[in-house]
Amino acid sequence: MRASNVLGRFLVVILLTYLGLLAVTFFIGRVIPIDPVLAIVGDRAPEHVVARVREELGLNKPLWEQFYIYVSKVVHGDFGTSVLTSNPVMQDIRRTFPATFELATLGIIIGAGIGVPLGVWAAVKRGGLVDQIVRVMGLVGYSIPIFWLGLMALVVFYARLGWVSGPGRIDIVYEYTLVPVTGLLLLDSARAGEWQAFGNALSHLILPASLLGYFSLAYISRMTRSFMLNELAQEYIVAARAKGLSEARIIWRHALRNAMVPLVTVIALSYAGLLEGSVLTETVFAWPGLGLYLTNSLQNADMNAVLGATIVVGSIFVGLNLLSDLLYQMLDPRTRAMVQAR
Amino acid sequence: MKRSPQPIVRRSLATAVMALALAGIAPGHAATPRDTLVVAFAFDDIITMDPAEAFEISAGEIMGNVYDRLVRFDVSDPSKLYGDVAKSWTVGADGKTYAFELKPGLKFASGNPLTAEDVAFSLQRAVLLDKTPAFILTQFGFTKENVKERIKQTGPLTLTIETEKSFAPSFVLNCLTANVAAIVDKKLVLSKEANNDLGYGWLKTNYAGSGPLKLKEWRANEIVALERNDNYYGEKSKLPRVIYRHVKEAATQRLLLEKGDADIARNLTPQDLTALAANKEIKTTSTPKGTVYYFSLNQKNPILAKAEVREAMKWLVDYSAIGDTLIKNIGVVHQNFLPVGLLGASTENPYKLDVDKAKALLAKAGYPNGFKVTIDMRTVQPVQGITEAFQQTAKRAGIDVEILPGDGKQTLTKYRARTHDMYIGQWGADYWDPHTNADTFARNPDNADDAKSKPLAWRNAWAIPELTKKSDAAVLERDPAKRKAMYEEMQADFRKSSPFVMLYQQTEVAAMRSDVDGLKLGPTSDTTYMFRVSKK
Repeated sequence: MRASNVLGRFLVVILLTYLGLLAVTFFIGRVIPIDPVLAIVGDRAPEHVVARVREELGLNKPLWEQFYIYVSKVVHGDFGTSVLTSNPVMQDIRRTFPATFELATLGIIIGAGIGVPLGVWAAVKRGGLVDQIVRVMGLVGYSIPIFWLGLMALVVFYARLGWVSGPGRIDIVYEYTLVPVTGLLLLDSARAGEWQAFGNALSHLILPASLLGYFSLAYISRMTRSFMLNELAQEYIVAARAKGLSEARIIWRHALRNAMVPLVTVIALSYAGLLEGSVLTETVFAWPGLGLYLTNSLQNADMNAVLGATIVVGSIFVGLNLLSDLLYQMLDPRTRAMVQAR
Repeated sequence: MKRSPQPIVRRSLATAVMALALAGIAPGHAATPRDTLVVAFAFDDIITMDPAEAFEISAGEIMGNVYDRLVRFDVSDPSKLYGDVAKSWTVGADGKTYAFELKPGLKFASGNPLTAEDVAFSLQRAVLLDKTPAFILTQFGFTKENVKERIKQTGPLTLTIETEKSFAPSFVLNCLTANVAAIVDKKLVLSKEANNDLGYGWLKTNYAGSGPLKLKEWRANEIVALERNDNYYGEKSKLPRVIYRHVKEAATQRLLLEKGDADIARNLTPQDLTALAANKEIKTTSTPKGTVYYFSLNQKNPILAKAEVREAMKWLVDYSAIGDTLIKNIGVVHQNFLPVGLLGASTENPYKLDVDKAKALLAKAGYPNGFKVTIDMRTVQPVQGITEAFQQTAKRAGIDVEILPGDGKQTLTKYRARTHDMYIGQWGADYWDPHTNADTFARNPDNADDAKSKPLAWRNAWAIPELTKKSDAAVLERDPAKRKAMYEEMQADFRKSSPFVMLYQQTEVAAMRSDVDGLKLGPTSDTTYMFRVSKK
């Protein structure tokens, strides 16, 4: 099969995925029992104002026509305006997404950076102390609400100990001295050489990121452990041992390398999950991210914003899936061979 | 290829380590900057910064700080009016013509002079745009067609406003204190006009005012930044900067306040307030608000439509228990549709929990064993707690109340379509005059499904031709004493016969650091003035 064919088929699949995503979100959005006009005119508007706004929003037209109008605008790059913020939806997303991106990225670095070695260790010393710790951490990660843990973390590390800065992305003093270029505060402050601002942003970021990191760590370490146990039971490990390879080399070079293949998907999906924004974390930490934006829009039936954010979230999943597929090929020679054979 | 990302990673790691060494990850600033007031506030309701459209609670507060109007009322005594940009005014003998003269030498924050042309333009603009709050002005008979005739500039600093009927002057002037009557910079706004929109598209997210503070930036759900307006005619803002930070979670607001990263916290729960009472670094201030909470009974439901059932419901609420626990610090039991503070508001609270009386009334209505009914409720406190308490007390009279919880917009959508049985709601005064509440609770000119106006009385299908007439008469009564008596009489009627079980009047509480001085919460959302606040 020629490369252009593969690419073409891939594009069609992606387009269909987006269209399906939009259709489902759109129709769900229209059947939820919330009147989108309310978000704009409020509870007090006289009837003629309500009727006029309904007309302006095109809500009097049949559903399929509304959907057609929306999709044809999206095709031309117009995602509409959010009724809540009065801004073009993409402008809102450009503003909220970097906040979430910064948080999620540091979160997954913590989660995978600690979770994978921990999982490996737990698998190697099965039944040992580390294994027990991983099990308890996993359990706690699943059973304690992130909302509560977030508040407790704030009380301890921010209010009592004063080790980190509190809710929000940065102190008010830096709010208007730092020029947003990318919207990623760490990057913006580092580029400008504003190291105090950088330190401040980091000290705001570290707690919510650790929290998100902890929850993905709980999952990633459990998965790593089970993948590793599976690999360590394989015959090639026995063979490697017979060859007299060092235990470290067997675990880290041979077993982990094979366990990495499914693990990449686990990490990529955890990352994607973090990137759509954790509403509860963002609420507790007053973090103006995508999760909060999406939830608020949903509660007010601000459909342009919901659809725009859905497309972004969808793209993240598609993108990260693609990335993990590519990594698969790098990690697993068999998939590489298959593609070449095709 | 595979190796290329490494140097970047290494560099940023080094960067991070360096920054840590320089700034330290240790505690941030334990205090806010001395020249900045930081307010932790939940303001996700703001959808626009155009005073002709803004009608949300949080937006109201911003408007009150950044825009001027002809007149304002005294926050300490709302019955007293004073000129804001108006130097003086007179009411014509016919009771329809209001002539205003402006203070000389006024300027907008932009530097443009503020004249009668701007005032007339702003009022006309609000009527022409016809957004939600426009009804506050159009109730005087202004329409898109006649507004340029009836609101007229008569000189550089003078203008006249002509109302259709001879309304009570207090009513007209009170309405002119509302945000919708705020004055915008005509020259600036028109320079941003697109498609004859009178600058509407631009002003939604921008600023064209003359108030003591000016709006620097609004980032939805994130920040509202205000700065001192040095062109302001009166006493300048005490602090050069006021920053509102959107903090949705009350517990988070409390932490920020205790730690000193916020000077004022606005949305604390009664539990937070109780816990903070012991903290010497924190003090609180409170004001009765123009917001009342109620249960309502849809008269489309034949059971709820019986007079005895309506009354029985009023005896089935444990007002004192609710007052002592659920709304402690944040509200006061109040059984009238006019909140205390408005002209003629009654403070009579005749109802208390009396199950036997309720049972007798239910038996008389033909329901000795009670009945089943549903209630739509937003899942927020204290509304949820009050509804659950009512569910318990109603059960003692055999009434089986099924609670239908929902999100705010969801329950409201149903309420507005009047397909509910019972509903727990709240109503805040739209402007500081008794007519605002009389208009919605005690006035229902057309009870048909396709009525033009759909006040709360309509939403509960309560047909009240007599009370409607009384409301209409009260708004035309020019003698304040007589007008007051009329509202008192209407409230007495209402207490007895209405399908509204009035519960309490909201008290707004703000907690602040002990060095914050001069904060007074206004009775309406647009009269909490941050420009009067200083830090010691």
